[in-house]
Amino acid sequence: MDWLGPEEWQAVALSLKVAIWATLCSLPFGILAAHTLARREFWGKSLLNGLIHLPLILPPVVTGYLLLLTFGTRGPIGALLQPLGIVFAFRWTGAALAAAIMGFPLMVRAIRLSFEAVDPKLEQAAATLGASRLWVFLTVTLPLILPGVLAGAVLGFAKAMGEFGATITFVSNIPGQTQTLPSAIYAFLQVPGGEASALRLVLVSIVLAMGALIASEVLARRVQKRVNGA
Amino acid sequence: MSVSVQITHAQGDFTLDVAFEAPPGITVLFGRSGSGKTTLINAVAGLLRPQAGRIAVDDHVLFDSKAGVCLPPHKRRLGYVFQEGRLFPHLSVRQNLAYGRWFAPRTAPRADLSRVVEMLGIGPLLERRPAALSGGEKQRVAIGRALLASPGLILADEPLAALDEARKAEILPYFERLRGEVPILYVSHSAAEVARLATTVVVLDHGRVIRQGPAAEVLGDPSVTPLGAREAGALLLATVRHHHDDGLSELDAGGHPLFLPHVAQAPGSTLRLRIAAHDVILSRARPEGLSALNILPGVVVEVRAGDGPGAMVSLDTPAGRLLARITGRSATALGLGPGVRCHAVIKTVAVAPENIGAPRSAEEQP
Repeated sequence: MDWLGPEEWQAVALSLKVAIWATLCSLPFGILAAHTLARREFWGKSLLNGLIHLPLILPPVVTGYLLLLTFGTRGPIGALLQPLGIVFAFRWTGAALAAAIMGFPLMVRAIRLSFEAVDPKLEQAAATLGASRLWVFLTVTLPLILPGVLAGAVLGFAKAMGEFGATITFVSNIPGQTQTLPSAIYAFLQVPGGEASALRLVLVSIVLAMGALIASEVLARRVQKRVNGA
Repeated sequence: MSVSVQITHAQGDFTLDVAFEAPPGITVLFGRSGSGKTTLINAVAGLLRPQAGRIAVDDHVLFDSKAGVCLPPHKRRLGYVFQEGRLFPHLSVRQNLAYGRWFAPRTAPRADLSRVVEMLGIGPLLERRPAALSGGEKQRVAIGRALLASPGLILADEPLAALDEARKAEILPYFERLRGEVPILYVSHSAAEVARLATTVVVLDHGRVIRQGPAAEVLGDPSVTPLGAREAGALLLATVRHHHDDGLSELDAGGHPLFLPHVAQAPGSTLRLRIAAHDVILSRARPEGLSALNILPGVVVEVRAGDGPGAMVSLDTPAGRLLARITGRSATALGLGPGVRCHAVIKTVAVAPENIGAPRSAEEQP
């Protein structure tokens, strides 16, 4: 990777770290949310659905500002976590949180679709054979939706790699700490002679985004095949 | 091992209100579509929670609304054979079979995998995925999967309804073999299946039990025709005497010869025959010069006029209770009424192979 300068490489590496953590940590919640939306009926379901999808529609700067208000050092949750050594403000962890929140709707959407493709009659059959709800989930539902979960994770990961507005608002643009790939592109464009660096990072972004999209497409197709029993 | 069920459950403008006891053997819940059979069996499985009632297998209470007991499906120790098989598409046949076994309590009597595989003839299929199986093969695997869960009760919801006649004929013998192994609640709207499998019949109509009892008794009752008079038919027991060279088999029906197209069973075995009511002709005098080979003497028990021109006559013959569907005009012309002696004429070729089944148990043989 010697065609990337150290500063550029730093941004790519940080972005990968932020996106991987964002994806891994939000995945269990994504599965839970997708299951709730796909299988449960309860009062306030559309409210929850709206809340999950909100980051998709809100201006990212608004999401970032709201994160700053709640998870900042003086915010209600931020102040609560600070004594435990968990700090989000102006750290890479904050970038990961912002990326996770922004990628969450995409992740939930993909997983929810694969939940809806699983016939609940199969889960009933498993229950009559003696499997508790947890075992039904682990032995029947999860294997059937696994490609969908992976597809959702890939989409969330791609979104996390590209997140800019909420991240820069919440954790600023500190090289080596919170300067992710898009932030670095933005920074390079602000200084004279930075276009070449910016262009290289743009290329990296395009390759990563396309790769993620194709991977999620392939995985989504496999879900359908698997549920159909091929 | 017996099952007692008492349920009331209202769903929209449909009300299920049933109570019955299922003794060992196969108890067929019999009725037309919409009579509440599937709702009932799902309540036993725990897939549906009835509003009130009590369900118990022996003294193992599965549901009791008064005591606030409602076991979840996985704690009921049942094997459920669904109409569409419902095999797990991501598992091989072998893994599907092992699934229920894995969750069976270690203390439960374990059904032997190799014996079940052999009984159902699914050995060559073990490594396949369900998508690569035919409909009949899927149902055989589904039966095996239910059996291997070591259930205290097997539920079957029209397990043959989605199959063609040839596949039905392929599966029926397996259920006949299960009759002695584990109690079975079997939902069906096919008179032929009832005739072949049922030890006990529970007839459902519009969410209520209109008749329950031993199969021969219920099927021979002219007042119980849940599928209409067209589908009515009674059960006879007959023992194979010998097979003739002209392709006919001679059976002994209560001391009278009964000729059927060749049956597969060896001489000496006792069979259940379903004789459709519309295949029986009645005659006051013993008919002569008739092409039909089978003539059984009998005494009329009841003549029941239908809504149309038809009448249903039940008569006691040496081989069992028989139903005949004739016209009301003939019934009057022949002067048929309770106690009248007459002869039932049955065409040999009228007894279709799907209406011939193995007997259910030793004590039933004449």
